[in-house]
Formats: sequence, structure tokens, C-alpha cells
Amino acid sequence: MNPDDLKFSKSHEWVKLEGNVAIIGISDYAQHELNDIVFVELPEIGKQISAGGEFGVLESVKTASDLYSPVSGEVLEVNSELENSPDLVNKEPYGKGWIVKLQLSNPSELDSLLNHTDYQNLLKG
Amino acid sequence: MNKLIFEIGKIGHQGLSLPASDVPEQEMSIPGNYIRAEAAQLPEVSEPELIRHYTVLSQKNFCVDTHYYPLGSCTMKYNPRINEDMARLSGFTSLHPLSKFNQGALQLIYELEQDLKEIFGFDAFTLQPAAGAHGELVSLMMVKAYFQSRNEKRKTVLVPQSAHGTNPASASMCGFQVIEIASQEDGTIDLVDLKSKLNTDIAAVMITNPNTLGLFEKNIMEVAEWVHNVGGILYGDGANSNALLGKARPGDLGFDLMHVNLHKTFSTPHGGGGPGSGPVGVKKQFIPFLPRPIVLKKESGYEFDFDRPQSIGKIKGFYGNFGVLIRALAYIRASGPDGLKWVTEQAVLSANYLKEKLKNYWELPYSQPCMHEFVLSGEKLERETGIKTLDVAKRLLDYGFHAPTVYFPMTVKECLMIEPTETENRETLDAFAQAMIKIYQESHENPDLVKNAPHNTPVSRFDEVKAARNPILKYSPINESQPRE
Repeated sequence: MNPDDLKFSKSHEWVKLEGNVAIIGISDYAQHELNDIVFVELPEIGKQISAGGEFGVLESVKTASDLYSPVSGEVLEVNSELENSPDLVNKEPYGKGWIVKLQLSNPSELDSLLNHTDYQNLLKG
Repeated sequence: MNKLIFEIGKIGHQGLSLPASDVPEQEMSIPGNYIRAEAAQLPEVSEPELIRHYTVLSQKNFCVDTHYYPLGSCTMKYNPRINEDMARLSGFTSLHPLSKFNQGALQLIYELEQDLKEIFGFDAFTLQPAAGAHGELVSLMMVKAYFQSRNEKRKTVLVPQSAHGTNPASASMCGFQVIEIASQEDGTIDLVDLKSKLNTDIAAVMITNPNTLGLFEKNIMEVAEWVHNVGGILYGDGANSNALLGKARPGDLGFDLMHVNLHKTFSTPHGGGGPGSGPVGVKKQFIPFLPRPIVLKKESGYEFDFDRPQSIGKIKGFYGNFGVLIRALAYIRASGPDGLKWVTEQAVLSANYLKEKLKNYWELPYSQPCMHEFVLSGEKLERETGIKTLDVAKRLLDYGFHAPTVYFPMTVKECLMIEPTETENRETLDAFAQAMIKIYQESHENPDLVKNAPHNTPVSRFDEVKAARNPILKYSPINESQPRE
């Protein structure tokens, strides 16, 4: 995925919209800050998640960090490959390291997210 | 690497030989499904093999008896040997916890409670919790019981962003919802944020003072008033009590409950050498809820009181980690009130001394005077040289120093958290500062040397990522040439 096609949250998650489905992962900056990720706790399929709510946990050698969903919706699919290969989040944060797919319940929430350029400006502070 | 105990010795090697039994063998009535089908594969070694194995391992220990250990938030002070002498008195070591000849032990529990009450300003103490986080849990269980007794349903606990991770975990274990309080620029609690989150749903606010950045929360009495105004409880995490002895009493500052760590502040062994002990001090209104039993002093002597209908119950086998209590009382009595005051003064002085020595090399995110510990950021060093705080920590081992706490608190990037403690002299502090400055220079001049550290330790750098991703938690024989029966 090209990060220019993604929307970003201030808590360093990204969203890619495919029809009414939101694919969610974490940004390259976030994976770099966390260091080597060793465990990903994924949500259950069918779980309702609201924007800003927790949907999982990333554990790295350095720390454990909650994942916050940028949008609301129902969990359709989780990236179960991460159970055996959590390093995919480090290697391909915008590709094979995606984390969940949500059935979007409120598409207008996407409007409040940042585009890639704005997100990078935020990181520069 | 050393061999495992399973990999040394040989079948038939023994540490002792027992005489033939002169008791006739009896038929055992143990049901078949409880009887082991094959012998347990225990190591078989002779006594000298056993002693050498563990002695060699113990010599590789990097500990406060062998090296300086400025591990932030952990108060790795030297553990005086007088404590060990007291804990080894046969009257204590030979005593069974259910023995009726327990007056000395009960007196020890009672007197340690009295001393802690005086030092921290509370109305009662329980010595049962086995560690700091256990003390947090026990405190929150009492908070819960307290509100239940008043028919109040409060669901939320507030915890500052910089708190130890055990704070939200303990609250969550007790079924409370946790809301974070933001920190402001200077590292202390954001009072505006705190005030906006206070309401009658708040059961407790958990505060560490001084906080995990080593900074004193100066507005604590005001905070206590606000929390009490909405009917909430102010809980103190006493991890940093080494900065308070004889100077400020949390009970006087408005805290209602608080745990303290005997294994930090009161010089009992920890860091693999524990066990710990996390006594909880409470104000009057929480006394009915204390874990049972409590020790009473009567004219006829000391006795246990188990008849405590509102107690949260028993929270630990017997009466806590008793051996630790002996050591802590020995330390308090050997130090005396002036000695404890000196501990705090010297701990704070040492931290400020090291802070001033290092602030021109590492960034100092909070420049006000610190208490017993301080934090530095290695962000600039990483940007300039690619050397991370983790590399610095490993390189310190080569110079004979245990690393400070790293990557905590998480609010500071590439964080180093340094707690010198009062037990080190100026020469040791200078040597540590010199090693840190040397590593700073090496990072610029020869970064690979730092990146591949440690070089002088029995084992070089571990692959922590591999260990976390593919942990091997069970021994399985690699060499089958010695099959076991």
C-alpha cells in the first residue's frame, strides 16, 4: 500500500478504505518507535469497536502499547498471520503487517483523520 | 554458557546415601491415576557437583554486593549484613508459623507496624502483602469494600500518565475502569485535567509522590482536598518513599491509603534475591477492612485477632513474608530517626549531584531540582550517532556498572532513569559519571564498540527479540546418549 493513499490518526494508526471496509494498521513511525514487535493481541471477529476505542495490544521488547481504532465498526477479519509472524508489523507496516478489517459504521469519521503529508508534519512537530 | 544441572552428572550419582529402612513396607492406598507411571527425570549429581554448579552460577551474578546498581525506581541500596544476622536468629528461623510459642514474632510484627505508622503518618498498617503491586491490589480491594459498606457504586480510578504500569493493572484487576491523568510540561500532574475528571464516580486517585520522574508533586495537599470533596480516596504508591523519610509523612499530606516497599526503602534484598514485602498503611476509616488476622497487644501478651467481619480476608499465606519483616525492623532500629532522615537527605543529594554531572551530555527533560532519582533522554545521542539507550545500558556493564532503568517512564524518549541511592560514596558516583561520559564519547568516535557491547561479561548480548518470539520454557534433552530410566 502506498502511504499517500492512507488516512492517519494522531495515535499513529492508519486506515485504508475499500468500499465500506476499513483496513487498519500502524504507521512506519509507530513500528520504529516500538522496536521489534514480539506479540500482537487481536480482537474477536464480530466485536463492535468505536472510534478511539481499544482493539488490541502490540507488545515489543521495549513496551506494550494499546491499539486505538481511528473509526467505528464491526471486526470482519483479523490478520491471523501476525500470531506467528508479529515481525510483519515491523517489516511491512503498510502491507502484510495490517492488523484488522472493520465493517465501517460511520464513514464520516474518516473526514477527521489526517492525510499522509499532514501526519508527517505532525511528527515533525 | 554453563551447562544446565540436567546436563551434568550421570545416572547413579548421588549426594547422600540413606541407611536401609527399618520400617516394614506398607501397602499405599493411593488411587492408580495419581501414581506416576515413570520416574521423574530429576538431575542426578554428587554433592560436590551440585555445590560447584550453583557456586559458579552465583559468581556470575551482577548484584548490589558486587557492583554499583543505580536502577531507577528500584532503590537498589546496599543491604546491611546486620539485617541478615537478625533474620538468622534461631528463635525466628526455627519457629513454625502455627506454633503457640510465637510471642517474639508477634511482637516483631506489632512493633514494625508501630514504626511504619510513625514514619508514614497512618493509623494502622498491614504487613501481609508480598510486594508493591500486591499492596496496590490489597489497597484497592479495601477501597472497594469501603464503598460497598456505604452502598456506593463508584466505578472509576484515575491514574497519572507517568505512573508505574502496575497502578492501572491493579485497578483493572479490582474491576475498576481506569482513566489517565495527563502530565504537564514540567513533568508533574496536569491539575486542570485532573480537576475536569473528578466526579462522584471516582473511587480513587492513585498518585506516586515523588512521581516516577523523581519530581515532587508540590500541589499534593490541594489535590487531596479536591479528591476528598467528591468523596474519593487518595491512594499513595510508596515506591519512591526513599525521598520522604523523616521529611514528609504521606498521611499528613492527605493520603488515605498507601503501600510501601520494604525491599526498596528498608534495605531488604530484591532483584531476584527477594522475596518482597509491600505493607499497606491506612487511615482510621479503613481499619475494619484490613486483611486478617491483625496482631493485638494485650496485657496478657500479643495475640492474633481473626474475628474481623468486614475484613477483605486473607491475602497471603500465614502473615506475609516474615523473614523480610525482621530485616526491615533491624534496618529501622539500626538507623534510628536521625539515620532515616540522613538516608533521604543523602539519596536526594546524590541524585542531584549525578544529574548536574551528566546534564551536559544527555538531555535533561525536567530541569528543576529532583528528589531521589532523575531521568535523562538519549534522543539526541541516537539522532547524532545511532546509539540507543539500550546500547548505553549494555556498555555500562563493561565498565562494571549495572544499567539504570531504561525506557521508563514512557513519556520520555530513549529514557534513562537513574537512582543513585544513599549507600554509595562520592568516589563511586564520580566513577559512574565518568563511565557514562566515556560511553557518550565512544558513541561519537567508535559507535560499533557501543553497539556490540557488552564485551567483558560472561555472555555477550542476548537476542532478546528471539527469546521473546520463540521462548523455550522447558528443558528437553539434546544429547540422548545418556538415556534416563
